[in-house]
Amino acid sequence: MKIHFVVTISRQGKVRLTKWYSPYSHKERSKVIQELSRVILTRGPNLCNIVEWRGFKVVYRRYAGLYFCMCVNQEDNELEILEIIQYFVETLNRYFGSVCELDLIFHFHQTYYILDEILIAGELQESSKTTVHRLIDAQDSLVEAAKEKENTVSYIIAQ
Amino acid sequence: MALSGMRGLSVFISEIRNCQNKEQERLRVDKELGNIRTRFKNEKGLSPYEKKKYVWKMLYIFMLGYDVDFGHMEAVSLISAPKYPEKQVGYLVTSCLLNENHDFLRLAINTVRNDIIGRNETFQCLALTLVGNIGGREFAESLAPDVQKLLISSSCRPLVKKKAALCLLRLVRKNPDVVNVDGWSDRMAQLLDERNVGVLTSSMSLFVSLVSNNHEAYWSCLPKCVKVLERLARNLDVPQEYTYYGIPSPWLQVKTMRALQYFPTIEDPNTRRALFEVLQRVLMGTDVVKNVNKNNASHAVLFEALALVMHLDAEKEMMSQCVALLGKFIAVREPNIRYLGLENMTRMLMVTDVQDIIKRHQAQIITSLKDPDISIRRRALDLLYAMCDTSNAKDIVEELLQYLGTAEFAMREELALKAAILAEKFAPDLSWYVDVILQLIDKAGDFVSDDIWFRVVQFVTNNEDLQPYAALKAREYLDKPAIHETMMKVSAYLLGEYSHLLARRPGCSPKEIFGIIHEKLPTVSTPTISILLSTYAKILMHSQPADPELQNQIWAIFSKYETSIDAEIQQRAVEYFALSKKGAALMDILAEMPKFPERESSLIKKAEDTEADTAELSAIKSRAQQQASNALVVTGQQPANEPPQVTQLGMVKIPSINNLENNHVDQEVTQTNGTMGEVEPQNADILGDLLSPLAIEGPPGVSGTETLSEDGALALAPVGEQENAIKPVVDIAEKFHDLCVKDSGVLYEDPYVQIGIKAEWRGHQGRLVLFLGNKTTSSLDAVNAVILPPSHLKLELSSVPEIIPPRSQVQCPLDVVNLRPSRDVAVLDFSYKFGTNLVDNKLRIPAVLNKFFQPVTLSAEEFFPQWRSLAAPPLKLQEVVRGVRPMPLGEMANLLNSLRLIVSPGLDPNANNLVASTTFYSESTRSMLCLVRIETDPADRTQLRMTVASGDPTLTFELKEFIKEQLISIPTASTPPVPQQPQPTIQPISSSDPGALLAGLL
Repeated sequence: MKIHFVVTISRQGKVRLTKWYSPYSHKERSKVIQELSRVILTRGPNLCNIVEWRGFKVVYRRYAGLYFCMCVNQEDNELEILEIIQYFVETLNRYFGSVCELDLIFHFHQTYYILDEILIAGELQESSKTTVHRLIDAQDSLVEAAKEKENTVSYIIAQ
Repeated sequence: MALSGMRGLSVFISEIRNCQNKEQERLRVDKELGNIRTRFKNEKGLSPYEKKKYVWKMLYIFMLGYDVDFGHMEAVSLISAPKYPEKQVGYLVTSCLLNENHDFLRLAINTVRNDIIGRNETFQCLALTLVGNIGGREFAESLAPDVQKLLISSSCRPLVKKKAALCLLRLVRKNPDVVNVDGWSDRMAQLLDERNVGVLTSSMSLFVSLVSNNHEAYWSCLPKCVKVLERLARNLDVPQEYTYYGIPSPWLQVKTMRALQYFPTIEDPNTRRALFEVLQRVLMGTDVVKNVNKNNASHAVLFEALALVMHLDAEKEMMSQCVALLGKFIAVREPNIRYLGLENMTRMLMVTDVQDIIKRHQAQIITSLKDPDISIRRRALDLLYAMCDTSNAKDIVEELLQYLGTAEFAMREELALKAAILAEKFAPDLSWYVDVILQLIDKAGDFVSDDIWFRVVQFVTNNEDLQPYAALKAREYLDKPAIHETMMKVSAYLLGEYSHLLARRPGCSPKEIFGIIHEKLPTVSTPTISILLSTYAKILMHSQPADPELQNQIWAIFSKYETSIDAEIQQRAVEYFALSKKGAALMDILAEMPKFPERESSLIKKAEDTEADTAELSAIKSRAQQQASNALVVTGQQPANEPPQVTQLGMVKIPSINNLENNHVDQEVTQTNGTMGEVEPQNADILGDLLSPLAIEGPPGVSGTETLSEDGALALAPVGEQENAIKPVVDIAEKFHDLCVKDSGVLYEDPYVQIGIKAEWRGHQGRLVLFLGNKTTSSLDAVNAVILPPSHLKLELSSVPEIIPPRSQVQCPLDVVNLRPSRDVAVLDFSYKFGTNLVDNKLRIPAVLNKFFQPVTLSAEEFFPQWRSLAAPPLKLQEVVRGVRPMPLGEMANLLNSLRLIVSPGLDPNANNLVASTTFYSESTRSMLCLVRIETDPADRTQLRMTVASGDPTLTFELKEFIKEQLISIPTASTPPVPQQPQPTIQPISSSDPGALLAGLL
């Protein structure tokens, strides 16, 4: 299936997340964002979730003011991608607890970690929310543990 | 949440958010980048915390779309930090900021490798994720074996394993030549036995990638895939967390069905039955439900199942079930399903013969053309285009025309092009075609490319019956108050040529025609003025007896434009003015344009090109290749051929505006010279065309190309041969041709020597034995044999003795390795001395393209999926071949079979078509399936349409050209070459109708 990139854009055209699985130059990236904003943000309600763009297909879905977009090849299964988006958002929702745009802005790094547990190489890696959640929690506690260690007296003395 | 403590970052993000406009944001970002840059300059003072903070800021800035071209080093260096928090940040930011082409990545390879082979699972995960997301060639080279080891290690836990699978997938996908997956079928089979659905999902993705490159190696995995599908379909042992809205991992189901589509067929009846049971269950058991997510997920599976059913070319019953489903889908409320219904109907049309069933839904499809969603409208347009035939062309094209008026700009050009093509392809009568194109120009002139109106002019020019009608129509459009400039061009052109045919109608006298055209002149652009001037000249010529008033008017215009600043217009004005003073002579000079040679519509070509969107780059490349080979032809011949070649192109393409004048002048000149003049350039072109295979074969300028010539008849007396006092007693060209389809026989013979050849071929290798026989009773001296190999063949000739004793034969083995597909031919330079005569011959060696074929016979189930998967140029090329040596279909089949292109009778439902297949072997392509389809026209055996497909663009092109060479009627030499040979072959043709002659040759 190979997703070429994942982009999240707000209704105002602000970028909230980009992840590129194929190499794009800076110029190409800006162009992609620009063109997709123009095409997708102007689409009305009750239309299908697929737009054809430069010989590719961009599958997108709107959640409140955010558009999550994934770009795939023409012959790929569009609905499968659409539900990856839904699954990704559900996972974010579970992690942040009713996720909102601000979560994605101020915890953008966390969004990236979650995305990395769901997609690698533009392919679906794990389809269980529970598993992803568990792994992210484990990562968080590793970071916490390191932080606590840094604050212990013995660590400070050792430094 | 790990970042909560990083206040500096939060503050920065807030500030960015508070920026009122883009400009402010940019200023803030620039300031921050400047700050980070200074901080990084004296890195020593940075704590790990600060480093992380700045790297995060960089990522945030990058994400916003700014270029971050420094600090990569700092991000990469965090990867080698000993502690998890730094490492994690380093890995993530690096994998976002950099891509596989960045040099900095090289610095990280060692650390990444240590993390992968180390014992720390979390580090392994980080490293595998990075490589999986941005790993390039160097990563593949140094890490692939480690990743493979990890993937099959029994101690590797699921969380690492699934990452390893996708990491390997990326490395294989990006650099299949670097990663060694020989013998992986067993391992893959093992991986597909996995119970953990997460790992299985990743492994299945890897499998799809492997099997798409080479399904042959993975037959053993096929039943496993069917097992996986059965498990999911029956919901056996699928943990709750892997069911999505009640559906057992829809993604894994889709992937598995995708994997199965890479196998040409499923032989084993039990597996096949099991699979069809699953598919049947999916097809029947999927309903449209209220929950949108459940709906999407179940239909994702359903559409994949449909694709698999189409691929397997199931029984008619199941297929019509599929069409019925699709027919239902295109009418539902849910837009995604409508979209996919239309898309899949189009796909279905390509694989199976369901045209008639789909036609039943025509009304619904036409409704979709008015859907509020452009995505759906696009699909509807594509489907209408694909399903159009003579029976429904009128309806469909008229719908398209109607839609053109309201369609958005983004679609108009495509719409106009498609309507024009359909009108041309399926026109029930030609006047309808003219109507359509003129309407098209009228409604959407801006979106009608020049090709479209050139084409209508060609048609009208070539069909006398059509001319008065077209002229009348053009005249009618001119009455409109405002008309598009393209309409102006086409009307002016048509009226210039044919308005005299309307002379008796009201409002159509030369004067009136001139008046109505000239009225519009002030509104048109320079190129159109040029066309109008030509029209005036033609009108003047047709107004016989001359109307002095009109004449003066037109002369006045000519003299006005004699001082035009535009060179083109100026030249026309001057020349037409001078010419028109010649009175009666004008008749000859400005006579009607001759018929255009028939050729493939450039529109259709254009449409095919645009369809190949994604492969555009390579398509351009292959076109460039073709052009290059044409260029070879031109330069390889005597340069005298060149000017006529230009004229030829000019005539065919009509006014590429700048050329228009040359074109006219040439035309005029040739016409004044009478018939001779007209035939001349064509003559030269016949040569050009006939000689083309010859010129491509050998690099131009190499002496000896002559002997290489495709046929003795055209060999124009080889230079070497003129020197040789000793003539061959066999026809060398004929012998070569025989040996191209046979593996043993005589290659060359003269009164003293006979060279025989015997060959054995296996895959991309061959072993030939040359038998050099001395027929005389004295010995042959100074025997010398040198191979001149083309670049695609590796040839090794064992040593040839200098002397061949009387009445004896020596054997010289010659080993051949085929490196890549090419039609070039190896040459043996063979010389010896007999008495005082030095005999030197350059002989082509029959190690030609078809020798590296191995026949395969494909069933319909095997053929169509392959045919479908090779969808577009450069892997699939199509060409209309004219000037084919007329032969009955059976003979053509025999010819193909003799070339080891095995014809599968009955595969193509149309009895006039041939479908053939073979496997080609070379070192670069390995074994490669080649598919050929030839569509013949029973009414005209001299032309056919050929489509060639293979997995390699060069191979496809070479094979296409190769077959063409075999089919085109190059006069075969039944007698030894005579220098004058070319003349007689051309003479008889040129005496007949020149139009037909050209048509035959182009």
